[in-house]
Formats: sequence, C-alpha cells, structure tokens
Amino acid sequence: MAVLAPEVRSAAPRWLIRHETLLAAILLVALVILGLFNERFLTVDNLLNQGRLMTEVGLLALPMTFIIITGGIDLSVGSIVGLCAIMLGYSWKNLGFPLPLAIAFAIGVGGVAGFVNGLLITRIRVPPLIMTIATLALYRGLAEGISQARSVRNYPEWFFFTGQGEWLGVPVQLWILLVGIIVAGIALDRTTFGRTLYAIGNNETAARFSGLPVDRVKLVVYTLSGLAAGLSAWVLVSRVTTTRSDMGSGYELDVIAAVVLGGTSIFGGVGTIWGTVVGLVMIQLLKNGLALTGVKGDATIIVIGAVLIASTLIASSLHGRREVAG
Amino acid sequence: MSSIVISRLRPGEGGALRLFASQEALLAFAIIGVAILVGLYNPRFLATRNLADIVLGNAYIAVAAIGMSMVIVSGNIDISVGSLIGVLATISGSLAVAGVPIILVWLTPLMVGILVMTLQGAVVAYLRIPAIVVTLGMLSILKGGLISVTGGRWITDLPQSFHLADIELFGILPMPVLIMVAATILAALWMRYSASGRAIFATGGNAEAARLCGVSPQRTVVMVFALHGLFAGIAALLFATQLKVIQSTVPPNLELTVITAAVVGGVSILGGVGTVVGSTLAAVLIAEIASALVFINVSPYWIHAVQGGLILVTVVADILRRRRRQVGE
Repeated sequence: MAVLAPEVRSAAPRWLIRHETLLAAILLVALVILGLFNERFLTVDNLLNQGRLMTEVGLLALPMTFIIITGGIDLSVGSIVGLCAIMLGYSWKNLGFPLPLAIAFAIGVGGVAGFVNGLLITRIRVPPLIMTIATLALYRGLAEGISQARSVRNYPEWFFFTGQGEWLGVPVQLWILLVGIIVAGIALDRTTFGRTLYAIGNNETAARFSGLPVDRVKLVVYTLSGLAAGLSAWVLVSRVTTTRSDMGSGYELDVIAAVVLGGTSIFGGVGTIWGTVVGLVMIQLLKNGLALTGVKGDATIIVIGAVLIASTLIASSLHGRREVAG
Repeated sequence: MSSIVISRLRPGEGGALRLFASQEALLAFAIIGVAILVGLYNPRFLATRNLADIVLGNAYIAVAAIGMSMVIVSGNIDISVGSLIGVLATISGSLAVAGVPIILVWLTPLMVGILVMTLQGAVVAYLRIPAIVVTLGMLSILKGGLISVTGGRWITDLPQSFHLADIELFGILPMPVLIMVAATILAALWMRYSASGRAIFATGGNAEAARLCGVSPQRTVVMVFALHGLFAGIAALLFATQLKVIQSTVPPNLELTVITAAVVGGVSILGGVGTVVGSTLAAVLIAEIASALVFINVSPYWIHAVQGGLILVTVVADILRRRRRQVGE
C-alpha cells in the first residue's frame, strides 16, 4: 500500500485482547447511555431491527476482515452488491429465469466478480487497492449499463421472506449473518486457512518461502468477498423490494470502518472476527443513536468517516508505542 | 523492482524518454483515431461545436488529474478529490451569490483546497496512516458535511462576473482551455526539471533511498498533497464557473474519472513514474469517448464500465511492460 507504511506488523496477543475487550466495554457504556437518553432505543424491537439493517454490511465485513488481515483491501464490494442486485432482477425479469435460479445466478456473478479481482491480484500482481478501484468503476458501470438505470419491482411475496421475515422471532437475515460469523470465526481461528491469512499479512515473502499456498488463499478470500456481496445483494433486494443500479454504493466505507474499528490492522497480520462483529454493532448503534437524536442520514457518514480515521490513528499509535517499547 | 525505478530517475535518459513519449504518443493517436472512426460513423461528432464542448466541459478533470498524478507518483492515492471539488464549487458559488468581491470568490476555493489536502497529506506522511484510509474517511466527511450544511439546495442567480469559464482571451481562447494547457505545461516542466519535482519521483520510487539521498519523503508527500489541493481548487473553479446552477452536492464518481485520467495517462500505480502531459491527454480521451458513446448510439450509462476497463488495461499493460524489462536486464 502506501510506500510510507511503517513496519507495524508484529502483534502482541495481549494487546489484541485488550483492544477488543476495551471496545466491548465502550459498546456497553454506549448502549446504556443511548438507552437512558432515548426510551425507544433499548427495546427488543429496535435492537432486532438494527440487526436486520446491519446484515448487508455485516456479510461483507467477514471476508473483508480476511482480506485486510492479508494486507489487502477490497474497495469494489459496494459495486459488486449493485451488480449482483441488477443481475438478480435482470435475469428474472428480462432473461426469464425462475426466481430461485436468478438468486443463485446473482450470487454466482458476485463470486466471478470477486474471482476476477483475485485472479489479477495474484497472477498479474496488480496491487489490491488499484485493482479494486478499477473494478469499483467497472462493476458499477456494468450494473448501470445492463440495467440502463431502470429498476425492477413486483417480486413475488415469498421473495421478501429473507429480507423482511422472521424465524423464531428473529429477522431471517440475522440468522444468515450469525451462521456467517460462526463459520468465519472458526475458519480464521481454528484452521490452517486462517493461520495462512495471518502469515501472509505478517510477511508474505516468508509465507511464500514456507511453502504456504499464498496465491491460492488470496484468490479464495477475494472470491469469498464477491460471494458475500452476492448474498448481501439478495438480502438487500428482498428487504427494500426493488432493484436499482446504485444499490450498495458507499458500502465500502461502512465495511472498512467496521473492520478497522474492530481492531484489524490496516497494515495486515492482525485482526479477529469477534472484533469485526463488535465494530459492526458499534457502527450500527452509532447510526441508530444519531438517527434517534434527530441527526439525518447524510450527517452520519461524517461520523463514520471520522471514526475510520480516528480508530486507525489510535491503533497505529498504540502499535508504534509498543514497537518502541519492545 | 525499486532499483529499476531508481535507474530511470535521471531526466533525459533514453529509456525513460521513450516510455513517456510512447504513452503520450499512444494517447494522442487514440484521440485522433477515435475522432476519425466516430466521425466516419456520424459526421456530426466532428462539428467544431461538439469538439470544443468536449475539451471545454472537461478541462477541470484534466486539471484535477494533474494533482492526482503527482499524488500517485509519490506512491499514494486520493479518493476524496471528487467530494472536495463539490464542496469547493459550493463554497465559491455561495460566496459569489453573497456578493463577496470576485477575487475572493475565486481565491477562497484554492485556499480551502490547499488547506484540506495539506491536512490529509500531513496525516499520511507524519502519522503514517495509509492514504486510502485517510481519504476514504475525508470523502465521507466532506460529502456528508456538504449535504448536511446545504441540504442539497441549488445555488442560482450567480452574478455575471462569476463565470470565469466564459472569459475568452483574445476573443478565441477560452479560459478553461488556457488554464488546462498552462497548468499542464508548468507542472510537467516543474516535475521534470526542478529538484522538488524530482523528489516526488524519488519518494514514489523508493522512499528509503530518497531519504538517504537527502530528500525528506514526509515533506515531499505533504507538498504533493498541498499542490493537489491547489489543482483541486482550480478544477472546482473551472467546474463551478461553467454552470448556470450549482447543485451543492458531490458530483457522483468524479474521483473515479480523475483517477482514471491519471492512471491511463501513464502514471504508474506502483509509484515513481508518470507524466502530467499524459494525464491531460487521457482526460481529453475519456471525455471524447463519453461523448462518442452518444454519437454511436450507445447508452451513456456504459461510461463507468469503459472507465474501469481502461484503468484495468493500462495497469495490466504497465505491469507486464515492467516485468518484461526486468527480465531483459
């Protein structure tokens, strides 16, 4: 990434635990304060509804955690969401696919989009930042070109179950996110795949010389990111009942902010799914809390932008101090 | 890889000259080629009026791409420039409507642009936060800030004197084109022949080597961002003063167009190599393609796909070219 990036890579596990427990503590305090100020906030209904709204970004944040741990980044996720949403609506309405097939097709398109990112990053060695800026434009452009900015509506009633329904009293998409979190958490913490991600982020050359399948693992994480974007598009279309080509634009900000806030180092090598989940919840509560106190949606992105910069700054200065000390 | 970049740092060296020349010649050739091909299909494309509009209406992108090129050459990136141009255009328009002296109306966006970008550059250089994080954060701060403050209100009734873009020098040379050409030439000469200009290449090529040669990478990065802010200010001015109504929102995806122009213009995303003449030609080419789409009955909705494709092709070609040279040595 930036040439000036310092070598802040060696992670002390103790600090890691502290960061996330600290974050969780702040989260609890924030919950209580928001609850005291607004009686509508700490209700089961509101919290479950926030979980519903969090899912689309949350699904993207899981593979983004993997990617950032390897020292990469994926700025194209929002555009892939837009492309998948359009492909879902287009293949159903214009190509006459049955709706279940259209959903599978859209998720598949997401996988291909992510795979293309991964392929050029690993084979041609295009830096992830530039690769995904290019596809940020390309995939959004394809969504706009294919749809001609026309929206698709009139989905059948059963289609809205994923985005609006409930199962055992909990929003359906929250179950999907929960499964995703558990799978991603186990994959990162308990498998060789997960250890390989940290190894790549800590020292890619060393990982390569140790015989780790660096390119294959990277290809997998970028493909996963695309698949997650497809899933996210399905949930999103089902929730808002319509398909538009500008769907998901700006998601990269929320996703990266959640991951970085959750303690994943933007320089790679450090991060946990648990941290990302706490980061995600904090961002969603921040949005909700601001909305309840009357701040409009546009103003909340100011706060998220500031949170992104501030949390990177704090993490980086903590790292720096530790490095000097050690 | 970095050693090769360094070996090409000396100005006037054969290899570097050929590389620069080829990219610029290629772009000039592409601009003429597209004009001929589209002209054959639809002669109306070649109407003087249309060709003039392409250059006039997009001069601000070329100017912004000059600063972006410097940022990328220094090994960084900025995705906040589109939002910044939106904010600066709104500031400028609001001042004009409020009846502030015209010279202040024109200078304020430049100052604010320099201020915002210098701040970002300082965070990147001294606090060592990757430029992508800083500028992504700033993008949303500016975008959200602009909409919350203005509510997306349109700025109308701009005074006649505001329209810098309407001024024509000697009755034929429109101001935006003049500024675009002058800025490109000055920036190109400065980057090529001055010590501080060379420092940008040195920093982007190998920051550590630059430091050992007595160049401060930190100071260079801050300087580059400050200049980028200046060019963003000029771009905002050209953008705002050609409009009858300023929408006081952020022009969507403007940063992508600017980055495309810089990258397609031959600025290597690996840092250390690039030319602002190329980025200006690329800005013209992109604008020409966008206009051509309409004339060959292709929906303009494809333009972002074309831009993304152009970045990919250029970047892959650049990397493969470097790799071949590396093998050759």
